[in-house]
Amino acid sequence: MESAQRFSLFRYAAPNMFYPLAGRLAPMFAVAAVVLALVGLYMGFFVAPTDAVQGEVYRVIFIHVPAAWMSMFIYLVMALWSGVGVVFNTRLSAMMAQALAPTGAMFCFVALWTGALWGRPTWGAYWVWDARLTSQLLLLFLYFGFMALTAAIEDPRRADRAGAILALVGAVNVPIIYFSVTWWNTLHQGASVSLTKAPSMATTMLWAMLIMALASWAYTIAVVLWRVRGLILERERHTEWVAAELDAAEARA
Amino acid sequence: MSWGSMSEFLAMGGAGFYVWGSYGVTFALIVIELVVVLRRRKQVVNRLQRLRRAMQASRTRKENRQ
Repeated sequence: MESAQRFSLFRYAAPNMFYPLAGRLAPMFAVAAVVLALVGLYMGFFVAPTDAVQGEVYRVIFIHVPAAWMSMFIYLVMALWSGVGVVFNTRLSAMMAQALAPTGAMFCFVALWTGALWGRPTWGAYWVWDARLTSQLLLLFLYFGFMALTAAIEDPRRADRAGAILALVGAVNVPIIYFSVTWWNTLHQGASVSLTKAPSMATTMLWAMLIMALASWAYTIAVVLWRVRGLILERERHTEWVAAELDAAEARA
Repeated sequence: MSWGSMSEFLAMGGAGFYVWGSYGVTFALIVIELVVVLRRRKQVVNRLQRLRRAMQASRTRKENRQ
């Protein structure tokens, strides 16, 4: 019984099994993302109070923090898939890593952009070369580097391997970003939410932020599943199942 | 939080530029990403279908010659 269950889970590591599964799951996560975002935005703009110190500008937090979390988390997942691909030589792993990178870069840019727009009225500067901001900028360049490197190498197996090494080495930067505010004396404030102490913000603000973080998760899963479907078709184009899939798509059209 | 009017909501206590500049760019990027990703898969399907048709055509040509 247990072995049968395990078998059915690992079955989806094969691209031909994962492709239809991704197609079914992506719309569900997209719907979840829209619902969560609407709830989160409603709470963020109509339930959460005005901040006593910052006024209304603090409402940037509802995208800034979730985007910053996502940018770091996606990089770690990307490095994890890269590691799995190198160790077990599974085809799907590298495709997952490559499907994650653009969305990670998008969230990384959003974190920097919203941070700049929040920094100007609160610190008086769009940008400072502080440890948190600088390491986050490095993360954006790591994403761009990964995307450029995997796109530039013709042979997919070599591209996967080169990308994997960059992803794994670059992962060192993620804890540096996360702990930068405690390791160095930064202009950026410390963590608003941590596992070890009570959060330093109003409950409704916190809930709005956490719901927006869940929305970002759901969005990421949906868009990455959609992207990996394209990558799978391209990579597996010489196989029988893609031929059958193309015939089916033609029949539907 | 209750806003007195729409214009008060848009003004964001004087921080409208910073708040809406953040939300606007984020929203735009999400829309662009979705359009690119969904269009991309359709393009791959179309290209592979064309490729397959071309290969089938050349195969039948070869068979007819024999």
